[in-house]
Amino acid sequence: MTAAFSWNLINDIRDMWSLPFMVNAFRAGTIVAVLAGPVGWFMVLRAQTFAGHTLALVGLPGASAAVWLGISSLAGYFAFALAAALLIAALPAGANRGHSNESAAVGTVQAFALATGMLFITLYGGFSGATNALLFGTFLGITSTQVAVLTGCAAAVLAVLAALGRPLLFASIDPDVAGARGVPVRGLSLAFLLLLAMTTAEVSQITGALLIFALLVLPAATAQRLTARPAFGLALAVAFGLAVVWTSLFAGYYSPYPIGFWTTTIGFALYAAASGVRPLATHLPRRLDPVRTPA
Amino acid sequence: MIGMLSHPFMQHAFIAGTAVALAAGLVGYFLVLRAQVFTGDALSHVAFTGALAALAAGLDAKIGLYAFSIVVAVALGVLGRRGRPDDVVIGSVFAWILGLGVFLLTLYATTRSGSGDGRAGVTVLFGSILGLSRDSALLTAVIALVICAILLAIARPLLFASIDEAVAAARHVPVRLLGYGFLALTGATAAESTQVVGALLILGLLAAPAGAAMQLTARPLVAMGLSAGIAVASVWIGLTVAFHASWMPPSFTILAVATSSYLVATVARRRPARPFAGRPGRSPADTGSRGAETLRR
Repeated sequence: MTAAFSWNLINDIRDMWSLPFMVNAFRAGTIVAVLAGPVGWFMVLRAQTFAGHTLALVGLPGASAAVWLGISSLAGYFAFALAAALLIAALPAGANRGHSNESAAVGTVQAFALATGMLFITLYGGFSGATNALLFGTFLGITSTQVAVLTGCAAAVLAVLAALGRPLLFASIDPDVAGARGVPVRGLSLAFLLLLAMTTAEVSQITGALLIFALLVLPAATAQRLTARPAFGLALAVAFGLAVVWTSLFAGYYSPYPIGFWTTTIGFALYAAASGVRPLATHLPRRLDPVRTPA
Repeated sequence: MIGMLSHPFMQHAFIAGTAVALAAGLVGYFLVLRAQVFTGDALSHVAFTGALAALAAGLDAKIGLYAFSIVVAVALGVLGRRGRPDDVVIGSVFAWILGLGVFLLTLYATTRSGSGDGRAGVTVLFGSILGLSRDSALLTAVIALVICAILLAIARPLLFASIDEAVAAARHVPVRLLGYGFLALTGATAAESTQVVGALLILGLLAAPAGAAMQLTARPLVAMGLSAGIAVASVWIGLTVAFHASWMPPSFTILAVATSSYLVATVARRRPARPFAGRPGRSPADTGSRGAETLRR
């Protein structure tokens, strides 16, 4: 990552892609962006950002338990994330999004998961370098096998999401009416949490448990700032995700600073720009104008 | 017990831990009541970045912690409406702040001493309650007590504003100002707890005792007391266990006790059929005013 940057971008890219790990990073980053866009879009729409963040952080105990037990960290990520999704869904008022009970429950799950992760790390005995990798990701250490696994998982999650898309959209926008029309709102809610868990488990391995948010929330939130139309918004979320990942990999390669920093900064810059644009555009009818009691 | 307390580092841990738990229990009650736990979560990560920023600049980590946490807390309130940030704003801002934290960690590791490896980051993230000096323990205790005092002073209007924002505003309670003030207190608490349980684990002390207390009683004053009590008990029991079973880190034992108290409260609570409880869900449009809805059910 000490290569010299020239303004001849074609040469730069050719130079960068002569290294196999950079090619793998671009492949994995592309898959992650395509996956995180739609899942994140639904997460933002459903106001489940906190749950998403919790599921992402659960990857830490998952991975550290796997390291401690000496099994594959992939298994650890998935087992812990899916278990946490079931737990969040099972806790009281889990279906009533936004209630204070739920926020306390999600918070408790998250804190306990982190504490468990800390325990596993201590038990294993000092791998603070590896801890940082778990938290902040190993974008540049991705193998071709990981890319293949990632592709398979992403395809599976996106296929299920596409199948559930329409009823999930209905249930997310107006759960009461959807429930009255016979849409299985609770089942969809659980299914979405599981999809979210699988996504975070996957993305965590690339971006680290802490920075997953950059890819799940920022492109989706940016897209929702710009448009209320679902199909267009989903496409925008994917496009922003790709832009963020590619630019940050490029910047990370040519600068001494970590890719995680670039990912979050570029993502946030897009979000801030979109927030600045929004007052000029028409308001989103639902998401951005919560029903308020008059002062 | 006596043997444990004869060690100075355990005395410091108990002094700082008790005070921080008191503050976290009280602040946590309002966080849960106002459905702002996510804000607390975000601020704990902000504390991480603040501490690293100060370290990278060569300052004392405490200055960075407090200044950064409080400023970002108020900024989140400004970005949201009526001093209440919404979850997309929180998520976006703190994703970026975490990224900054990583950046600063790299900066710190490369510019400061060669031994400044990942350790600094890990300590900030997971806390070092057993490594507090006498002075910093006392300072922590004093700041925590100040937070408690301010919170108790504004408890009545804050409770009113949290339970029914509209009516409170109509009765000339400064709802927005209280919102900012409360966010600043939350920021200070997050900064404080960082030294005790670490940036990542603060949420446990903020959410679990308060969640448990609210499952057990609906009366605000009792719940506040209970929340603070459970938090303090978690710290005491957690420290004692960690002292005797030294293979477990104190952050883990403290949070394990807090989490079990939440689970026990959830199981123990008789759940009467409430009109809202059986509903499958609410529209996302409602989430902004959820704090006011909470006790209206």
